[in-house]
Amino acid sequence: MMTARSAGLVGCPNCGRVHDVPAPGRCQRCGWRLPGHAPDRSLQRVWAWLFAGLVVYIPANIYPMLRTNTFGRTTESTILEGVVDLLHHGSYGVALVVFVASIVIPIGKFFAIAYLAISVERREMMQVHARHRLFEVVEFIGRWSMIDVFVVAILAALVQLDFAATINPGIAAISFALSVAFTMLSAQSFDPKTIWLDGDMRPR
Amino acid sequence: MSQSDQVHTSETSRSAAPRPGHLPPVEDLVACPTCDALYQLPDVPKGSRARCLRCHTVLTAPRDGAMTRIVMLAGTSVILMLAAIFFPFLELTAAGITQRSSIMDVVLVFADGPFVGLAIAVGALIVILPLARFLALIYVLAPMAFGWRPAREAVPVFRLAERMKPWSMAEIFIVGVAVALIKVAGLAHLSLGPAFWAFVALVLITAVKDTFMCRLTIWKTLEQRSQ
Repeated sequence: MMTARSAGLVGCPNCGRVHDVPAPGRCQRCGWRLPGHAPDRSLQRVWAWLFAGLVVYIPANIYPMLRTNTFGRTTESTILEGVVDLLHHGSYGVALVVFVASIVIPIGKFFAIAYLAISVERREMMQVHARHRLFEVVEFIGRWSMIDVFVVAILAALVQLDFAATINPGIAAISFALSVAFTMLSAQSFDPKTIWLDGDMRPR
Repeated sequence: MSQSDQVHTSETSRSAAPRPGHLPPVEDLVACPTCDALYQLPDVPKGSRARCLRCHTVLTAPRDGAMTRIVMLAGTSVILMLAAIFFPFLELTAAGITQRSSIMDVVLVFADGPFVGLAIAVGALIVILPLARFLALIYVLAPMAFGWRPAREAVPVFRLAERMKPWSMAEIFIVGVAVALIKVAGLAHLSLGPAFWAFVALVLITAVKDTFMCRLTIWKTLEQRSQ
């Protein structure tokens, strides 16, 4: 398969326009920053955002996400306790949605991005199609973790019934939202081209 | 929405030896934005799609009257969003008290104390970014639909609209609403307001609009018209 790079040209990662070498710093059609001028630091950005996401993911799970006050009694629940609560209510389907969105997807994403970054660093050429599919899934699915933050916002806005029931957001809502945003930035920093690189086209 | 899945990809390496001297001019080439594979794209007929042979990324998918349709759908979305912001979203009754909340209330609930940042983030993700994206698309594509020259700064505005796409989370918000409904079902009686349905319609229209979006065609048209 001939690539723009192997043909001695530079392809725009946004709009696909092909440029002669030496290429301008930005795409002549869409103004996207073209690769090849500065050394490629996309992997460093991937790792940096991933670690930032991992660090804020820890308090997101330890501290309460929701503070519910019913008739003077306050209960606090973390992300996991929220899922268990739903199970007690008998809403298994919704419990599954929240469990997947706030626990399975974030943790799976950490592993998936780390695996992709390591495999690019090690210049592995195996299973490029599978790895590319994995990247697409990570990029598509990552934003759905935001569900739980929205649930907290909606509940806190709705349930303000003075003495009978009030719901307030907990500090974990902030760190969880940050964690989702940081891992999204990590996935966006990843350059999918590096999965397909062969020969002269590797980073560094 | 019928569209033929015909693949109209042609590899440049198939016909001639891949020597830079024998390549067609760069204006006729397309590099796959995902995997950098090089193609010489023929004029792809309207209604069909060209995919990258290697990574299956859609390279181009021109549709008849796509620009006009995107502008109209984006306009509809703006109106629906304005309705969704100000009409009551959900109505909750418990212990004889009724509470109405609009989307603005959902955003403003975080607006005091340490949660200000979260208020801004939620407001941006569900209202501001989707709205900004619709307006940006109208600004860029409306002159295109009429066959006029591109608006001023159309290139950076469209680039911004592309950047905003993963961050506009209206559809995720809808799922969040569904989960929240079930969470409070035991606590109180809930009913959906008109803004909820406006929001659902908005999500569906956005999904339809995105099927008409063909980045390559839009960028090419912008380039041709600004010359």
